Amino acid sequence: MSPLFDGVFKRDMAIAFRQKSELVQPIMFLLMVVTLFPLGVGPSPDTLQRIGPGVIWIAAILSSLMGMERLFRDDFQDGSLEQVMLSPVPLWQVVAVKVLGHWLVSFIPLLLLSPLLAVFLNLTFGMYQALIVTLILGTPLLSFVGAIAVGLTVGLQRGGLLLALLLIPVFIPLLIFATSAVDSAALQLPYQPQIAIIGAMLLLSVAASPFAIAYALRVSQN
Amino acid sequence: MWKFLHPYAKPERAYQLCQTLQPWFWSLAAVCLVTGSIWGLLFAPQDYQQGDSFRIIYIHVPSAILSMSTYVAMAVAAVVGLVWQWRTAFMAMIAMAPVGAVMTFIALVTGAAWGKPMWGAWWVWDARLTSELILLFLYMGVIALYGAFEDKQQAGKAAGVMALVGVVNVPIIHYSVEWWNTLHQGATISKFDTPSIAPEMLWPLLINLAGFAFFIAAVTVVRLRSEILRRDVHRPWVQALAEQRENRRAV
Repeated sequence: MSPLFDGVFKRDMAIAFRQKSELVQPIMFLLMVVTLFPLGVGPSPDTLQRIGPGVIWIAAILSSLMGMERLFRDDFQDGSLEQVMLSPVPLWQVVAVKVLGHWLVSFIPLLLLSPLLAVFLNLTFGMYQALIVTLILGTPLLSFVGAIAVGLTVGLQRGGLLLALLLIPVFIPLLIFATSAVDSAALQLPYQPQIAIIGAMLLLSVAASPFAIAYALRVSQN
Repeated sequence: MWKFLHPYAKPERAYQLCQTLQPWFWSLAAVCLVTGSIWGLLFAPQDYQQGDSFRIIYIHVPSAILSMSTYVAMAVAAVVGLVWQWRTAFMAMIAMAPVGAVMTFIALVTGAAWGKPMWGAWWVWDARLTSELILLFLYMGVIALYGAFEDKQQAGKAAGVMALVGVVNVPIIHYSVEWWNTLHQGATISKFDTPSIAPEMLWPLLINLAGFAFFIAAVTVVRLRSEILRRDVHRPWVQALAEQRENRRAV
């Protein structure tokens, strides 16, 4: 475990915390996207409450797409990813740890910020509870599935927009189940079924995607 | 068991196979499409409720069914390519992608044209319509990713991975939007034991379905041939082929 923890996890964390602007920008972006909605659709509390869960989730997906590129880009460009591939540690373990680190860095701030967003959008406490559960289960899914597309596009010059084109359709089911869970909570209906489905999708992606990411990186490295 | 397929991993053999199959696919497509469309559009009985406007079913349903089958075929080709390292499988996959995208588009447009008189709206955010639209996005993603790479060998592998991510997602998308919202009617012809469509309406539909399938196969084969030629343009067999054609033209 030690080479993975010391060599990959601690290093990624150190790099992330030294590039503070890259750490903060996606969160600022998220906050601003959420701010646009009350201005765009009008500040009526009922409207905001109805669209709130969807807005928060859409903002989370968009901001994750902004920051996702960072996941392998620097390592790919300075060649350390190639060295990792040559090392005896299996690549899928390395990418799993890297994705986990990316999730911690990019989505923990979102989770911390979520009460503020809930207040902005006038969510009830029951809705907020459902929202936080869907965020905890759903955002790792964004990281793991997104990393496959990042691995595929990392070698391209202008991969950013392409990454969004590839990933948005893939994230639609998550958006649907997550917002429908919060809607059920708003009506005080049980929302466990949606949570169970998101959990199942998360388990599938955690089990399968490290291998897909490793393969994608090998394709990019050629 | 699958040994007879192995020679076709070689682009030259695949090219020859395409050449043999191409006239068959074109003629079967022409026969089926002409029979099915004329029978369906002119001679099939009117629907008791929808009158003549139901006749768009003869375009809409085949294109919708085959847009999904084509995606699955792409995914199968991607698996073959990734597992057995066949170059030709990736070429076949990318040859199918725009054809499938166009089928999806046809299904969406004819669906909108059918929805206007029946539901009173060109577009509703219904389960089937939404999942068909997302299918179009998935096709476009695969095509865009393939186009983004300079090295087409690499592009094929990358697009293959993306096609597989998409195919895992297709059933999830399908059920998610189904539970989310639904207005489109259920399946009509897949219930073979108790079909909910009259046989004189069903036959032209099945013939057109076959016609669309042969048409897709024919276009795919043409695209695959040109893809093989483009990739192997510096190989001796392609140059021999070009020379042969040149000579024939000279005579």
